[in-house]
Amino acid sequence: MKNKLLSIVNLKKIYHTKNDDVLALEDISFDVYENEFISIVGPSGCGKSTILSILARLEDKTSGIISFKDNLSVGYMLQDDCLFEWKSILDNCLVGLEISKKKTDEGIEYVLNLLRTYGLYEFKDMYPSSLSGGMRQRVALIRTLALNPDVLLLDEPMSALDSQSRMAIGEDIYNIIKNEGKTAIMVTHDLNEAISMSDKVIVLSKRPATIKNIYEINLDSKTTPIKNRSDDKFSFYYDNIWRDLDVHI
Amino acid sequence: MFISEERKRYLSKIKREKLFVSFFRFLIIFIFIIGWEVLARFDIINTFTFSSPSLIIKTFAELLRNGSLFSHIGITSYEVILCFLLATIIGLLFAVLLWFVPIFSKIVDPYLTVLNSLPKVSLGPLIIIWVGASINSIILMSLLISTFITIINIYNGFTSTNKNYIILLKSFGANKWQIFKYVVFPSNMQVIISALKINVSMNLIGVIMGELLVSKKGIGYLIMYGSQVFNINLVITGVVILGIISYLMYFIIDTFEKNFNNK
Repeated sequence: MKNKLLSIVNLKKIYHTKNDDVLALEDISFDVYENEFISIVGPSGCGKSTILSILARLEDKTSGIISFKDNLSVGYMLQDDCLFEWKSILDNCLVGLEISKKKTDEGIEYVLNLLRTYGLYEFKDMYPSSLSGGMRQRVALIRTLALNPDVLLLDEPMSALDSQSRMAIGEDIYNIIKNEGKTAIMVTHDLNEAISMSDKVIVLSKRPATIKNIYEINLDSKTTPIKNRSDDKFSFYYDNIWRDLDVHI
Repeated sequence: MFISEERKRYLSKIKREKLFVSFFRFLIIFIFIIGWEVLARFDIINTFTFSSPSLIIKTFAELLRNGSLFSHIGITSYEVILCFLLATIIGLLFAVLLWFVPIFSKIVDPYLTVLNSLPKVSLGPLIIIWVGASINSIILMSLLISTFITIINIYNGFTSTNKNYIILLKSFGANKWQIFKYVVFPSNMQVIISALKINVSMNLIGVIMGELLVSKKGIGYLIMYGSQVFNINLVITGVVILGIISYLMYFIIDTFEKNFNNK
């Protein structure tokens, strides 16, 4: 029996502007289970990121029910790595702990361990400007992991990178999340990324967003994201999701 | 270390260009001074109205001998530094207040704009009546000129802080003070330093303007006094000293900025 971490029922979000009210999310419902990797795809501007903002408590919902499992904590990661250029790598990783007043010896040790495990320990006293884009993104992920969240919310975490780095970093992020036994919800506009990394892909309609389809991704041999791309069933999912997205050029 | 021919050529090209620039920089001032002196010596220009480099040096030496030079420079520098510190502190605190209370910034926005664009020299007579013909007038004048622009520049920097950083901090549950301390203030150090740069020159303008209106000491007074007794040598010497002071002040801030950036 899978352990349900959070469930979203009939989530609705209206943005108020001076001229009118914009219905961004009309009716969104889905469940998230432990250790799942979920991707949310949809036409640009459909409100994908809004779902994450609401889950991260950065925005209020208009209506609907979101129920978290007791004491569930979420971590949020943006497209922009948002590293503080004037702080060392280690201090950057400790920002979340400092702000939430959880900077204990244990917390620091946990972060140092993460840096050690993911090959950044020798860079810990350097400044972000001396790291590559991929390494910076890894630091950003460790900063989010520092608070030991149960669920990671990833808002297009790779879209600021060039296409070659994207695959490598995607692999990297995927491995870290799986290693640490985390549950993840990722918003992306890249179908390859979504299918190759996820257990479940949620396809949204254009604004006002509703759920068009939810795909359980059952590849024949599920390994790493890059290898998954050459799985026989990969194009089957790709074609179906593409059709759902109903892109008109 | 091996240096290729091409690199040697490249380095010597840079060196030549630098020399060329320095040479012509020097040449301009050299021709200007010599030309001025020659025109004065041959009575082509009237030294009574146009002075001459040698007369300026003489006046300078005279001021140095009777000991008044440094007291004039001292009083003007003192006023500028005092105003600079006051304007920086007031400007920064006010900008912080505006950032913390957005509704307040909305309310005072039009007033700030008007006060900033109003030519403050027009307030000169009022200032003298209100605070008296003393150093207070000079300081108030200088503060009026520099404070509003400092507030506006720093506040604009604060509000254009990268939103993503604020979102990130909010996702960690940061309060407003933490957002300010972690990102808004440190990411705007550059903006604050350039505001200080503008501040220095604004304060110098303000102080001289104040000294021209009311004063018994200072470079502005020297210039005003010189013009009243029609001693053009004194007026131009005052302007030259002012040029040197403003360059030195700019140099200090610039060095500070470079050191800061290298850190």
